[in-house]
Amino acid sequence: MLHPSHFASLALFALFASVVFGITQRDTPRRMVRYGIYCFVLFIGSAIVLSWLMFLIAR
Amino acid sequence: MTSEPKKNAAAENGFVYLPLIAGWLVPGAGHFLMRKWGRGALLAVSIVGMFVLGIAMQGKLYSSAHDVLDLLGLAGDLGNGLLFVLSRMMGLGADQVQVTTADYGTRFIVVSGLLNVISAVDAHNLRTGRKS
Repeated sequence: MLHPSHFASLALFALFASVVFGITQRDTPRRMVRYGIYCFVLFIGSAIVLSWLMFLIAR
Repeated sequence: MTSEPKKNAAAENGFVYLPLIAGWLVPGAGHFLMRKWGRGALLAVSIVGMFVLGIAMQGKLYSSAHDVLDLLGLAGDLGNGLLFVLSRMMGLGADQVQVTTADYGTRFIVVSGLLNVISAVDAHNLRTGRKS
């Protein structure tokens, strides 16, 4: 049984979802790559920001 | 517009829903049918990888719907096509979520199904000429 950490799970989820979003939502390879990277950064960035917010609220 | 007749001609040959159905049953197959080898391979690796990781994390495979949330989970799981059917037949996945990673695994399986549906629709768009 696999037990990845919370962040590893998030990173894997973001990676796979971003690849699919990039390929399906844009027309040219260059725009696909750019959009995939954009989605990946948004996934990871929003999770980090929300995590800090929850941490500060819980204190 | 010189490319329009070419697109329409391609769209009129054969069964137009074949890439959609193939892409749903086997992740990436719709794109392979449209000879988009690179895109198909990346989609297949991403969707199958996400599904396998979900199973490896002991994620739950929905088999019946007792309430609305179960129904939504089952709908997401069915998006995996043959992966879902084969996994059910082989008895993979957990019946009950008992640890946090299993909960993540359940989400991985549901989301891989939803991503597979998006991918199959994209293959259909390639087939109809709506996308190149």
